[in-house]
Amino acid sequence: MSIPGEEILPAEVALPAEVVQAPALEMRGITKRYPGVVANDSINLTVRPGEIHALLGENGAGKSTLMNVLYGLAVPDEGEILLDGGPLKLAGPADAIAHGISMVHQHFMLVPVLSVAENIVLGEETMANRIFLDRDEADRRIIELGKRFGFEVDPDVKVGSLSVGWQQRVEILKALYRDARILVLDEPTAVLTPQETQEIFAVLRRLAEQGHSIIFISHKLYEVLEIADRITVIRRGKVVGERVPSETNEDDLAELMVGREVDLVVDRGESHPGAPELHVEGLRVNDDRRNEVVRGVDLEVRAGEILGIAGVAGNGQDELVEALIGLRKPAGGKVLLGANDITGDASRGIYEQGVGYVPADRHRFGLVLSYSVAENTVLTSYHRPPFARGILRNHDAIERVARERIQEYDIRTPSEDVRMGTLSGGNQQKVVVAREFSRDLKLLILDQPTRGLDVGSIEFIHRQAIAKRDSGTAILLVSAELDEILELSDRIAVMFRGRIVATMGARGADKNEVGLLMATGGERDVSPVVTAA
Amino acid sequence: MTRARRLWTLIALPTLSIVLAVVVGSIVILVSELLVSGRLRFDLPINAYSALISGSIGTPNAIVNTLVQTTPLILGGLSVGLAFKAGLFNIGAQGQFLIGALVAVAVGTQFRTFEPGFVGLLVSIAAGALAGAAYGFIPGILKAVSGAHEVVTTIMLNFVAVSTVAAAVSTILDVPGSPSPITLDVGTAALPVLFGRNGHLGILIAPIIAAAMSWLLFKTTWGFEIRTTGANPEAARYAGMSPRRIIVYAMSLAGGLAGLAGATEVLGVTKHMTASYGTTVGFDSIAVALLGRTNPLGIVFAALLFGAMRSGAAAMQIQAGVPAELVGVLQATILFFIVASSVVRRIFRLRAAGPGLDEATTISRSYGGGEAPRAA
Repeated sequence: MSIPGEEILPAEVALPAEVVQAPALEMRGITKRYPGVVANDSINLTVRPGEIHALLGENGAGKSTLMNVLYGLAVPDEGEILLDGGPLKLAGPADAIAHGISMVHQHFMLVPVLSVAENIVLGEETMANRIFLDRDEADRRIIELGKRFGFEVDPDVKVGSLSVGWQQRVEILKALYRDARILVLDEPTAVLTPQETQEIFAVLRRLAEQGHSIIFISHKLYEVLEIADRITVIRRGKVVGERVPSETNEDDLAELMVGREVDLVVDRGESHPGAPELHVEGLRVNDDRRNEVVRGVDLEVRAGEILGIAGVAGNGQDELVEALIGLRKPAGGKVLLGANDITGDASRGIYEQGVGYVPADRHRFGLVLSYSVAENTVLTSYHRPPFARGILRNHDAIERVARERIQEYDIRTPSEDVRMGTLSGGNQQKVVVAREFSRDLKLLILDQPTRGLDVGSIEFIHRQAIAKRDSGTAILLVSAELDEILELSDRIAVMFRGRIVATMGARGADKNEVGLLMATGGERDVSPVVTAA
Repeated sequence: MTRARRLWTLIALPTLSIVLAVVVGSIVILVSELLVSGRLRFDLPINAYSALISGSIGTPNAIVNTLVQTTPLILGGLSVGLAFKAGLFNIGAQGQFLIGALVAVAVGTQFRTFEPGFVGLLVSIAAGALAGAAYGFIPGILKAVSGAHEVVTTIMLNFVAVSTVAAAVSTILDVPGSPSPITLDVGTAALPVLFGRNGHLGILIAPIIAAAMSWLLFKTTWGFEIRTTGANPEAARYAGMSPRRIIVYAMSLAGGLAGLAGATEVLGVTKHMTASYGTTVGFDSIAVALLGRTNPLGIVFAALLFGAMRSGAAAMQIQAGVPAELVGVLQATILFFIVASSVVRRIFRLRAAGPGLDEATTISRSYGGGEAPRAA
């Protein structure tokens, strides 16, 4: 079988002639081996001045390794890096930055209690003399840079008070302040609303116009098509294709990335909602600092339907879910599971009444990475038969069931007793999904079930969720990924500042309208009551 | 990974730390001899180590003495190790040991003429262990309720324990007319001597407790809850466990083990206490637990090593003229290399044992939580 995209010639062929010019950066034949795996296999990457170059690939395809090589964090076994045609040997990130290569990480490296200016100059302080900082000079340069690229920010504002979108701009300013000419952005839109994404795209285009080269790492296909001048697709450590957006589409890119045909939107039939399984009334929940962050939520999820809660992260979704599964005591209101009042019950009791939960952060909540895969498959039912009788654990039963789950959910692992932490993110999440989905459930709560996963794993998990819905389970889906909400839900509730500000049928819901509701809560006074569709 | 490889990744660090400590010890011997006599005697380290070895396992009596020295270290090491498994750093083993010893002596002296002796012995041992458990309960409940860090509270409680021993022995437990404060002898409540001159029953109790601990940790749901709480308390909570309750139980059980160590020591070795009763068992237990990588079997081996060094120290001083304090240097150096494990890894070009093992966030979790030997 031929791999799609292998027939593609070097990108020069595919490009309009007038764009062809000397590359700003060239990575030639980069090979990096780790014990047992070739992370990068003679990868070639050419980035021109003023180009936005997207690097597309599944988790574990080798994007991060390649960028670590470029950033001086990893030394390649073979191959060379050329900067403006001259060979470059990098001793470390400081060296990379000195050569004008900067990276904006997915998780910002900012100090919230320091001001914008302090964050930007950190490690690169301009000194008035040997002892004192020259803050005026720093402020002047920051304002000047902001003007030049169209995003002025007050240098004296504390970073912690900025929105996520603006924090990201501070990260970009940090790079520009260090005279970065090649900017690597690692999944920059993962934390942004659609509106913020558009704003950051405008910034990136402006940077490119002024001659900066941008390497844009993403797994969101439509975004890559929108922003990139050129797209390099990596699979299993190899470049499997180069594309220009005008000559490709999402299906083509997905197929290149995964190596097979992928259903980007899992086909879901009509839902057949039954009786209400979860009924929430006037629920109020406080966060750890005793601020009321869930402020009177009413919800109803019926058997056999998926209710999606859309919202920008931090609008009370975490606390809402924690209250539903008994990890946080509600400050008021009622939670009914079927006819049973479970308000304020302990988690174990709630689970045992048929509630499954896939937590947002699998590393923090869902898994114990130092445990074996087998122990993780029983993490929420370790105390019940057949996994334990009294206080005595039954290891044979645990391992047998683990092997069944590995089969059934196609978990890629050498065996059930390898350490959880050695599995890829997608397979780790499959363990959580396998564990929760295979219990006898009335209600399933999915909190960011596919965050950070590759296209193939997302497809798999979405299919499982639809199957669970069709078997009559009520599903509450919480996700900051609006696309996921739109693709999976039967109904959508938008959460804003602790309230449900709108609810609607998912079919035909307008993405921009939902995005606007997520970002502003809507000017209109929308009734917070969610009614069954 | 093969069984052998898996075993090696577990014992590589402790083994190599011991090797490095022996090397450092040799250098200390050479340099101190050079400073004292102005000569370089390359045979001296060899003489010292061979005296240390023959003094600890050279004769049946030496072996028995080594086992006697090992007993409190096993129990104390299990105390610290169990707390590590739950993600807690029990620096308070010292205090729990002292309180356990004090209460065991206090009870034991009441039964000093009671027949049959084993009744007094059982009551005294149980009282000592319970007292230690109560003393471990305090930092446990403080942590669960208020979040007070157990390292701080147990250090403070160690001082309280030392003073409590001094106060109790010089007042209510003091033998009237004695030149300096001292308790009565525990008499018939003492642990019977079974082997040689001083091989008391305790040397059999300790390994049995170690086996029980291993069973508890790896074969029962309680152990699973303890290990999960240590490895990832958030995941434990999410899984429906109660980390707060588990912390209280684990700290109490750890205190009980240290208290038991204290009880066997006073009932089996000293048979009485003085106001200035001194020991370093509680602190050495931390080193034992770390060297044994918090695993009960590993702790038994680590305790044997430390016990042998304590037991052979005198022979080394007499036969090779190297001060017994060298043992302290060796113990401290081993601990140093274990804690600064990245140094050892660099010297021997070892790879890190795996994710979640070395990149942990808290001191205790990095020693306690990451280790999850696959349960059977």
